[in-house]
Amino acid sequence: MLKRYGEDLNRLFEELIKMAALATDAVRKSARALTEGDAAAAEEVVRGDDAVDGYEKEIEQNALRIIVKYQPVANDLREVTCALKMITDIERIADQAADIASLSAKIGEAVRYEKVTAMAAHVASMAESAVNAFVNGDIAAAQATIKSDDVSDALFAEIKDEMCDRLKSRPESAEKIIYVMMIAKYLERIGDHAVNIAEWAIFSVSGMYKDSRLM
Amino acid sequence: MKEKTQTVFDFSGDVAVEISGLDLYYGTFHALKNINTRMMRNKITALIGPSGCGKSTLLKTLNRMNDLVDGCRVEGTVKVGGTDIYDRRTDVAVLRKSVGMVFQRPNPFPMSIYDNISYGPRTFGVKKKGELGEIVERSLKAANLWDELKDQLHKSALALSGGQQQRLCIARALAIKPEILLMDEPTSALDPISTGKIEELCESLKEELTVVIVTHNMQQAARISDDTAFFLLGELIESGPTEKIFSSPEKEQTLNYISGRFG
Repeated sequence: MLKRYGEDLNRLFEELIKMAALATDAVRKSARALTEGDAAAAEEVVRGDDAVDGYEKEIEQNALRIIVKYQPVANDLREVTCALKMITDIERIADQAADIASLSAKIGEAVRYEKVTAMAAHVASMAESAVNAFVNGDIAAAQATIKSDDVSDALFAEIKDEMCDRLKSRPESAEKIIYVMMIAKYLERIGDHAVNIAEWAIFSVSGMYKDSRLM
Repeated sequence: MKEKTQTVFDFSGDVAVEISGLDLYYGTFHALKNINTRMMRNKITALIGPSGCGKSTLLKTLNRMNDLVDGCRVEGTVKVGGTDIYDRRTDVAVLRKSVGMVFQRPNPFPMSIYDNISYGPRTFGVKKKGELGEIVERSLKAANLWDELKDQLHKSALALSGGQQQRLCIARALAIKPEILLMDEPTSALDPISTGKIEELCESLKEELTVVIVTHNMQQAARISDDTAFFLLGELIESGPTEKIFSSPEKEQTLNYISGRFG
């Protein structure tokens, strides 16, 4: 019984890692769609969202099955419920990557903007680190992920200021500038979702959620 | 000749049972090792742990059932209602009137429902029919059996279902108005519906008395108890609020047991 519980839980973790890999890959690809004007990459991201949704459903079903079959308590219960909470954030990350890809397609040309590239790379690795912190039960790594959201917030603030200046100096490109601004906002939200995942990773080990004891 | 004074228990405080430095031996076997714990009044305390860990032994020390076991020796203090029950002056009959017990398998007497319940009060001197009738009604109501059985009080208790028999045994224990009710795996022989009824009953009983329950059913302990004590190889490993024990236990042994990793 116990061996099967471990196997089922490992399977759940493997699915979670695969789902997170798809979502973070989508974030990187959507940034490439923007900065290289890669329409094929944009389309791939939009189409790939279904696969992430599929993982979400599968993980939901498997987590609920584990609860019904094994009635986990304490750490075990926290791990399964965290998986259930995290998939919502991972799914949102993939949605936002798809939104970025759609906007890139609308812009229809390469927007070479290093800060957006850097921000996309940063938030994608934040999401990966957060999921890894959960799987490895590593509180320090989860805390580092939360702290590193400052980097994406700072990049977002810089992009916002630069886009404001652009709007004034090149009003004829307003639409494109607003799209880039929206993309930056999506990336900033992806960073927030990574923080949420890291917070659940901490809860999973300690029972503490945002400085208060949840369980 | 034993010197006996009138044994009096005081259950006005928050602590119903206080155990200090309790060691119990069956011959040379050290069954309970330096147990220190409390059971709070009007609460349900669950004793959990793998078979042979000493939880039933501890339960039986609370009404001195272990006195009946040859070679049993107890050291330390067990205070029930503030009185040391292993003091040689303690009247065991008075103790067992205050500390009732329900066992794993329902064990009604081979007599009518009415006689099962009135047996205890009669033993303690209640003779009047009217008074006995009131006790029977009150006890059956407290055990959520009155509506089911009020028209068949003179039927044999052995004709009842297992679940009803167990609730009858609880009613029988309640008839002499105990302050503490000990329950030794009271639902292990019952189906889930009867188990649910006993669990609901425990909830309502704690308004009037203190319940100490031994259970192998982790979910049951988590569902119904206020406090939980985990035992392993005669030692009390960890005790505290049930919610804490089942969410964030302090000791790894507790975590391993409640999550089914051993035991």
